[in-house]
Amino acid sequence: MASVHSDHGANGANPLVALKILIAGGFGVGKTTLVSSVSEIRPLRTEESLTGASQVVDKLDGVEQKTTTTVAMDFGRITIRDGLCLYLFGTPGQDRFWFMWDELTRGALGAVVLADTRRLEDCFPAVDYFEHRNIPFVVGVNCFDGARRYMQDSVRKALDLDEATPVVMLDARDRDSGKEVLITLVEHVSTLHPGSQARLSTATQTKGGLPKRPLKR
Amino acid sequence: MSDSTPQWYDDEAGPLVRLFAMTAGRARSKNSDETFDLMATVEADASAYDVPTLSPEQRIILRICLRHPQTVTDIASESNLPLGVVRVLLGDLMEAGHIRVSRPVQPTQLPDTRILREVIDGLRAL
Repeated sequence: MASVHSDHGANGANPLVALKILIAGGFGVGKTTLVSSVSEIRPLRTEESLTGASQVVDKLDGVEQKTTTTVAMDFGRITIRDGLCLYLFGTPGQDRFWFMWDELTRGALGAVVLADTRRLEDCFPAVDYFEHRNIPFVVGVNCFDGARRYMQDSVRKALDLDEATPVVMLDARDRDSGKEVLITLVEHVSTLHPGSQARLSTATQTKGGLPKRPLKR
Repeated sequence: MSDSTPQWYDDEAGPLVRLFAMTAGRARSKNSDETFDLMATVEADASAYDVPTLSPEQRIILRICLRHPQTVTDIASESNLPLGVVRVLLGDLMEAGHIRVSRPVQPTQLPDTRILREVIDGLRAL
């Protein structure tokens, strides 16, 4: 078997390409629902601070006190083929998990920002976050039963999105619907690809030649 | 004696072995430049598993990535060990030469859109 040496990564014989997609949005908007409708969901234990745990190293009075600082999050994995996997990470909504965001977004292919039109403002932080970091994203409007339907353009306007950023209506519970939003994202990423060098190195403020919208807030 | 003692711990009690015991008190790896990205892939050296000085947790990690390279994410998930612990242990294993680590592919450095096309087709076929 060809040996893949450390430090170089994708140099020809890389046996596993793992791509990461983030699923973001406000609390209860359907992030976990989406991940579980398109992939097998798995648990991942992480911790807010292992240093915090080690501070109690001198406490020897047994285990009557729960000192674990680990927190659980979920991810989904889709095997495209042998050696090519897609990982879906729901970005944690609660404030105490913000420490994970930078780690999760590093090297991400792109993101799906889930929105609920009944509380659209919940997705503003995610939109801001990905825009500022030039991470390609699509907005998926999770059409909850009973929620008023809006046109894609109304959502785009309300969010003041770049014209190239796709807005997709979806039902996070539906596998085909979930697949479609992921496909839309990857297609969006590929359209950005040819110009990606320029996009990321010098012209961080211009995506597809359009001026960046002024920040509202 | 212990046979008649009711089990006095459960999952709610937290880990029986404290996390810092698994890492010998360390919160981060010695190789501070190697951060073991979530998408980095790890491949174990087949002979490493027989090394007698390995800790049980290191052995678990090696077993997971023995046959096929695995991502750091999968190793943490499969082993049910917290990510931070996995990273410290991977640092040890790397320093001892038991594993090879490949940095993740950066989407912006993909040579062409072929892989992305494959992903799209693969998603359609799901």
